[in-house]
Amino acid sequence: MSTADAHSHLPCQTVVELLTDYLEGALDPATCARVEHHLSLCPPCVTYLDQLRTTMELVGRLPADTLPPDALEELDAAFRGFHPPPAGP
Amino acid sequence: MSVQVLDRLSGGEVSVDPTAVAPARPDEELVARLRAGDAEAFGQIVRAWTPVMLHVARAFVSSHASAEETVQETWLALVKGLDTFEGRSSLRTWTFHVLANIARRQGVRESRTVSVAALDGTGGGPTVDGRRFRGSEDQWAGGWRAEAAPRAWGPEASVLSGEIRGLLATALEAVPARQRVVLELRDVAGLDAEEVCGILDMTPVNQRVLLHRARAKVRQQLEDYYTGKNQEQP
Repeated sequence: MSTADAHSHLPCQTVVELLTDYLEGALDPATCARVEHHLSLCPPCVTYLDQLRTTMELVGRLPADTLPPDALEELDAAFRGFHPPPAGP
Repeated sequence: MSVQVLDRLSGGEVSVDPTAVAPARPDEELVARLRAGDAEAFGQIVRAWTPVMLHVARAFVSSHASAEETVQETWLALVKGLDTFEGRSSLRTWTFHVLANIARRQGVRESRTVSVAALDGTGGGPTVDGRRFRGSEDQWAGGWRAEAAPRAWGPEASVLSGEIRGLLATALEAVPARQRVVLELRDVAGLDAEEVCGILDMTPVNQRVLLHRARAKVRQQLEDYYTGKNQEQP
């Protein structure tokens, strides 16, 4: 793979479809180099990548979902019923 | 299941110090504590694993309520099966296998399995509207059209306001089930790719395709929101 190949043109429309593979480190080295070369020259694609990262970051801060309190109480009671602690002194 | 994953997940709501040294055999210790009737240890794993379990269950069943029942049933299976647990896999891996079995069975009962496959969403189609790019006749074919190129969202985009929380919840509901569960497990619950592939029984390539499609859809909803908001301003 020559430098010219590594820098050969990738259109934005292709780059945006490769960005998760890029972030996951799943691209082969040649394609990775072409994506990075593209990003070094294309502010809108950098913006798109930043926005994907912002999206990941925002959903990562969503509050954790859990079971309703009565279900949690029921589980706690079931656990204590099946596995009573050893009798104290 | 790696110790690292168990360690990270057992942190639950609190943040875990990544430099903290894990006990040599955290799983054996955990199982021993549970068998000895340590209700506090049980409460901890319920708090730590339930959010992820709900996401997984939701991939198979038709409603949130049904996912809750599935998770509840899984925890009861763990409570009852603890004494016969043989430790060939970690307790967490075992729990997720039980969960997947119960959820699949429930999904079949709800005739959900077929629709999940149909909504797979791994199939073709670009994730960004093709009209935003220059056509094949253009010298810069496939490049962003100037007026349609993404614009920076500004500093407000880093704030998870109540409005954005609601928007994200709605956006996630609109994403096909299998794409959504991959995004939820990776980006919401913070599992790594390998673990998600194991839980959902999918290839790494498939996992990345689903993840990208889900991220692109949610990003688009955020873009519509921020762009619309900026246009309202004079």
